[in-house]
Amino acid sequence: MADTAPTGGRPAFAGAAAYVPRTVVGWLGLLFVAMLVFWLGANLVNDPSEFFNVFFIGLTNGAVYALVALGYTLVYGILQLINFAHGDVFALGGLVASSVILTWFDVGGESGTGITILAITTALIVAVLFSSSLNVGIELVAYRRLRNAPRLAPLITAVGMSFILQDVGLVKWGVEYQTVDPLIPNTVAFSIGDVDFQWNKISVLLLTIPVLLALTWLVTYTRQGKAMRATSQDMDAAAMMGINVNRTISFTFAVAGALAGAGGLLYFLHFTSIRYDTGFQLGLIAFTAAVLGGIGNLSGAVLGAVCIGLIEQFNEGLELYSPGSDWTRSIVFGILIAILVFRPEGLLGERTPEGQ
Amino acid sequence: MSEAPQKFGGREPSRVGRFLGSGGGGTLDSLPPSVRRLLLPGVVTLLAFLYPTLRPYLDDLPVIGDLFPAVGTVVIMIVFTMMAVGLNVVVGYAGLLDLGYVAFYAAGAYTAAWFASLQFEQVTFHFGDVGINPDLPGIHLSVWLILIIAGLLTATVGILIGLPTLRLRGDYLAIVTLGFGEIIPQFVRNADNIKGFDLTHGTFGISPIDSPGFGETLHDAVGLPVNFQQSTNRPELFFYTALLLLLFTVFVCVRLRDSRLGRAWIAIREDETAAAAMGVPLMRTKTWAYAIGAFFGGIAGAYYASFKVGAFPSDFFFNLSIFILCMVILGGMGSVWGAIVGGLILSYLDQEGLAKIGTAIGINDVPKYNFGIYGLIIVVMMLFRPTGLIAERRRKQELEEGVSDESLYGMQA
Repeated sequence: MADTAPTGGRPAFAGAAAYVPRTVVGWLGLLFVAMLVFWLGANLVNDPSEFFNVFFIGLTNGAVYALVALGYTLVYGILQLINFAHGDVFALGGLVASSVILTWFDVGGESGTGITILAITTALIVAVLFSSSLNVGIELVAYRRLRNAPRLAPLITAVGMSFILQDVGLVKWGVEYQTVDPLIPNTVAFSIGDVDFQWNKISVLLLTIPVLLALTWLVTYTRQGKAMRATSQDMDAAAMMGINVNRTISFTFAVAGALAGAGGLLYFLHFTSIRYDTGFQLGLIAFTAAVLGGIGNLSGAVLGAVCIGLIEQFNEGLELYSPGSDWTRSIVFGILIAILVFRPEGLLGERTPEGQ
Repeated sequence: MSEAPQKFGGREPSRVGRFLGSGGGGTLDSLPPSVRRLLLPGVVTLLAFLYPTLRPYLDDLPVIGDLFPAVGTVVIMIVFTMMAVGLNVVVGYAGLLDLGYVAFYAAGAYTAAWFASLQFEQVTFHFGDVGINPDLPGIHLSVWLILIIAGLLTATVGILIGLPTLRLRGDYLAIVTLGFGEIIPQFVRNADNIKGFDLTHGTFGISPIDSPGFGETLHDAVGLPVNFQQSTNRPELFFYTALLLLLFTVFVCVRLRDSRLGRAWIAIREDETAAAAMGVPLMRTKTWAYAIGAFFGGIAGAYYASFKVGAFPSDFFFNLSIFILCMVILGGMGSVWGAIVGGLILSYLDQEGLAKIGTAIGINDVPKYNFGIYGLIIVVMMLFRPTGLIAERRRKQELEEGVSDESLYGMQA
């Protein structure tokens, strides 16, 4: 969903083996990649089963990040706006889900399977509806008026919106973490070699993958998806072709919000605690993921999210040469900066004038 | 860039004249423009310098008497205002959204901490320090010297951050600066054991930091205080110095705005492609904006660390960057006077105002929601008065008349 026609940039990964850097920056990038490969390789050889266990955890976390990252990428694709408030929409979705589970159903670790499933399903529906209407509302109130303003104006507004939403969470839910017992048991579903696959992690993937497939179908094959792609390519031309641009943009925000709501619930179930400012941190991580994959590109966002999830877990879980959890955030943002400097179009994105 | 660069003064009716209601032909208008244009800033500066003297009397005023901040609070307000004026160079003049300004502030504060404390006790080096036992280990330089060092060092950091990132445009740049704004505080928190070397003393921060002063010689000669820390009127001394620093910052920023470099910044802000086509060197001009913004951030950070007698990693959180950005937006992007007004208002609210308002309306939690309130200010300003309280003329044209082509299908709300 890049906003410009391909400008003859090199296709992703094509001829990667024959890639010879032309600049100092290029060589630095290559060195960086080589170090990464060495680090992972050394750990893989050192303790393969640990490596794959960590890999699986990273994959699961990455799946949660992917839901949020997709929201950033959808909105960026259509408006070229970094929706800073998206992380907070996600957090509010998670908080609403936590209220549904904890207050409405009062579900804990000892509750029966039936009521737990009912609670989670209700929480999913409520969180999705809440987050998507919230996101549409934000677009209506804060971004629509600024559509023809200089590009920094909506970005600054989004930052302000993010703070407002955080404080909404703070007023309603307070500073304490909302915590829940692990509702999905972490019993081992199956093992391959020494690597265990637990139910609670598999369930995250079981929810995320269908959502991603549905989204791909929505964007690729439906009429509405076609309208979204057209609007993202050229708003004026789309309007002339009879596409209701405003409604398409609202729809995009609704989809992004729905993903954020589902992500919020999953985050709450998976990490078992959520707070008003969770969204800010996670939003930045998810945004990094979207940029890493190539912002505006749906599969890129998923790939980037999985990469970030893996890197985080590798950094915290691997034995050899790992900087450790003190440095996780620095590493994530270091990657963000490195990607923007070395390859602004991301892993899968097309080269756009923005990145030059 | 087709029209001639506009400057203040000139044929325009005097701002001071309008302000004092003496329209055309009053006595003020008979003054030469150069004097006229300095009149209002001069009066404001004079009043500001008198503030510590006047403050005891202001307290006695009915109703509003309680609202006046303590002199110590005003020092903090001035430091933040300095940062707002510095950030205004980056965001307002050059139109580069910097969401990591706090990084420069941290760099400045830690420069002060390194060069004026016991941190590096492996060495004993004294130069121009005042009121400090000469046998005390660690590096102790004169705080005045450190302000300059901090400014230059931070400007260098700004250039280093800028060189690889300033190629990016608009929102990408914002994200990269945000990344640096997150990394540097974490680095500061974690860098207490780099191969056994304690660079930043981790979460505890570095304290105490030496105080500025003028030493025995100047004290005996002209009566300047030996050391601020040991003086009875410490807040007042810091106040006067902070005000001088702010004046210096404002002077530099105003002069820069009217310089060739300043016009290049504005050209880039309005249309980067057109500016490049007109021969404005994009990278160099942007890097200068970054370096100068960083320079003042560094000085402010170093001065604040000296005032607080310490540099602590908890001071450098991301929200602070937004807080300072909010000052610039509230005041009016691109307008130095706007940045000053915005900076003073918001830092006052942050330091004392919100608590006082909270007490007045009976909700004690108001300061807790400070960032929500700032967020609201940002959103409301962007939606309803994007030019800020004190609009800069060019910015106003840009925002109200738009820089892009007319929309084909009237999507404006």
